[in-house]
Amino acid sequence: MSVPLHIGFIPLVDAAALIVAVDKGFAAVEGLDVTLVREVSWSNVRDKLNIGLFDAAHLLAPVAIASSLGIGHVKVPIVAPFNLGINGNAITVSPVLHAALMGELDGDRFDPMATARALARVVTARRKKGAEPLTFAMTFPFSTHNYQLRFWIAAGGVDPDEDVRLVVLPPPFMAQSLASGQIDGFCAGAPWNSVAVDRGDGHILHFVSDILVRAAEKVLAVRQGWAEKNVGVVAALTRAASRAADFVEQDRAETARILAKPDRIGVDAEVIQRTLEGRLKISPDGTMRESDRYLLVGREAAARPDPVQAAWLLSQMARWGQTTVSPKALATAMAVFRPDLYDVALGTSAPAGATEPFTAFAGPAFDVGDVEGYLASFAVTRKAL
Amino acid sequence: MGTEASPKIVIVDESPIRAAILQEGLREAGYTEVVHISEMQSLLARIYALDPDIIVIDLENPSRDSLEQMFQVSRAVRRPIAMFVDQSDAASIQASVDAGVSAYIVDGLKKERIKPILDLCVSRFNAFARLQNELDRTKSALEERKVIDRAKGILMKLKGLTEEEAYVLMRSTAMREKKKIGEIAQSILTASELLK
Repeated sequence: MSVPLHIGFIPLVDAAALIVAVDKGFAAVEGLDVTLVREVSWSNVRDKLNIGLFDAAHLLAPVAIASSLGIGHVKVPIVAPFNLGINGNAITVSPVLHAALMGELDGDRFDPMATARALARVVTARRKKGAEPLTFAMTFPFSTHNYQLRFWIAAGGVDPDEDVRLVVLPPPFMAQSLASGQIDGFCAGAPWNSVAVDRGDGHILHFVSDILVRAAEKVLAVRQGWAEKNVGVVAALTRAASRAADFVEQDRAETARILAKPDRIGVDAEVIQRTLEGRLKISPDGTMRESDRYLLVGREAAARPDPVQAAWLLSQMARWGQTTVSPKALATAMAVFRPDLYDVALGTSAPAGATEPFTAFAGPAFDVGDVEGYLASFAVTRKAL
Repeated sequence: MGTEASPKIVIVDESPIRAAILQEGLREAGYTEVVHISEMQSLLARIYALDPDIIVIDLENPSRDSLEQMFQVSRAVRRPIAMFVDQSDAASIQASVDAGVSAYIVDGLKKERIKPILDLCVSRFNAFARLQNELDRTKSALEERKVIDRAKGILMKLKGLTEEEAYVLMRSTAMREKKKIGEIAQSILTASELLK
C-alpha cells in the first residue's frame, strides 16, 4: 500500500530533486504516492505546510528557521532532512544600472567588493542629483535572496534600508518589472535571472556563489511533529529525493525536460538546462559565464543538511533586525537542519576531514561559536525593534 | 482609531466577482469602509496610502508575499501590520486557508472586532468556491452533452442508425462496460479521429 503525500513547491530549478523524485518514479519505488502542488507564494507554502494541508514542502531555508522560532508568523517547528539546493540565485540589474556600475568600476567586474563600491558611488551620485533611490527586489523577507542582496549592497557602505528601496516580488514577475522600470535590480533563483537576460531586460551581475561560496537555499521541509510520527515516511522521502538529486546531476537534459513542463516550472527546457549546468548567458549580447558552483543539487554533499548553514542564516536575520541571537535561538535554528535524519535514511555519516572555512567576500569567516563577534564586524546593520 | 468607527478594510483580489461578493457581504454587515484593489502594480503604495485596518487577500494571488513584507520593520509603514491571529487561533487559520483567503490586521485592533469580519470573509469565499464548482459542473455537463451529440452523429452515419438507436447503443455499451455514457461517447470521437 502506498502512502499518499501532498507536497507544495514553487516553480524554481532548485525544486528539481523533488519534482524528479515524483515524475521519474523514485518516490513511487519508495512506496509514496506524491501529489505535487505548484504554489504561487511562499506565504502559501508556509501556511499550508504549517496547518497540515501539505505533508512536506520545497521551502526557503530561512522560512523553515523563522517558522521554528516563531518570527514574523505563527510558531510551528519545522525540520529539514534533506537540502534541495545550495546556491542557485543571482543578482540581475537593468541595462541602465549595469552601464552605470561598469562606468564606476575600479576592479574586476566579477568581484562583488568592486561592484559594491561602484554601487555606493552610483547611489551617492543619484542622491546628489535628487534622483529617486534605486529599487531592488527579492522574493521574501525571510529568504537567502534578501540576505545575499543585503550582504552585497552593505559591503560598499550602502544601507539597504535607508539608501535604496527593497521590495518583495514573485520571481516570475522580476523580468517584467525590470523592463517596466519598476525595479533596477533583483536577486532571485533560477531560471528567472536567465529569463530576464533572454528577454534583453537585464544583465546578471553576480552569481550568489561570488558572495558566499556555499549557501543553503531550499530545503525539503516537514513539520517536526509529523516527522516524529512518520519516521519511515520521512526516510523514504529522503531516499527518493536523494536518488532524484543524483539523477539531476547525471542527466541534465532529461531533468530540464521534466522541469520545463507547464505544470512544473513552465519555462523553456534549454534555459533550465543552462542553469543546471552553471553555464549562463549573463548579458543580452550573448556573453556567457560558467561556474560549477552556480547551483549544487546532488553533488559536493549539497543534499546533506548542514546546521552551520542554519546558524549563518540566523545571523543574517539578526543583522537585519528580524530577530536577535540568543544561545536558545541559535540551538533552535541549527536543530532545523537534520543531518541525522539524512544519515538514517541513506546509511551515510558525517563527511570525514576538516570542513572548509565558512567565508563570504566580505567580513571574517563565520564562527558558529561567536555569532555576536561575527555580527559586530559589520559596519552596516539594523537593530531589532 | 475610534472604537466605534467602522474599520477600514482593503480587499486585494484579482477576481472582480469574488471581490464584489465579499464587498457586498461586508457592507450588509455594516462595514462601510471597504475598498477593493484589483491592480497589483504598485500594490504596496496603494495600501500605504489607504492606511487600512484590515487587508484581505486571496491565496491565488502571488502578491501575497509582497504583503508579508509589511511585517518587516520599514520606513514606509506607518502602523505595524500583524498576522490576523495569535498562536491560539489555529482553527481560524485553518478555516481561512481552507477557504483560500488570508487576512492581515493592523496591530492593536481588538480580537472581538476582527473575528466577525474574518468569519464573514471565510463564509463568502466558501460560497464563491461553491458557485465556481457549480459553474464548472454545469459547463462540463454542457460539454458532455456536446460530445454525446457528436458521437451519436458518427454512429448514425457509420451504422445507419436512427438517433434513438444510436443513443441506446451507447447507453447499453456504457452499462455493460460500467462506464459513463460520456466516456463511451468520447472514445467514439477519439476512435473516429484516429481512423480518419
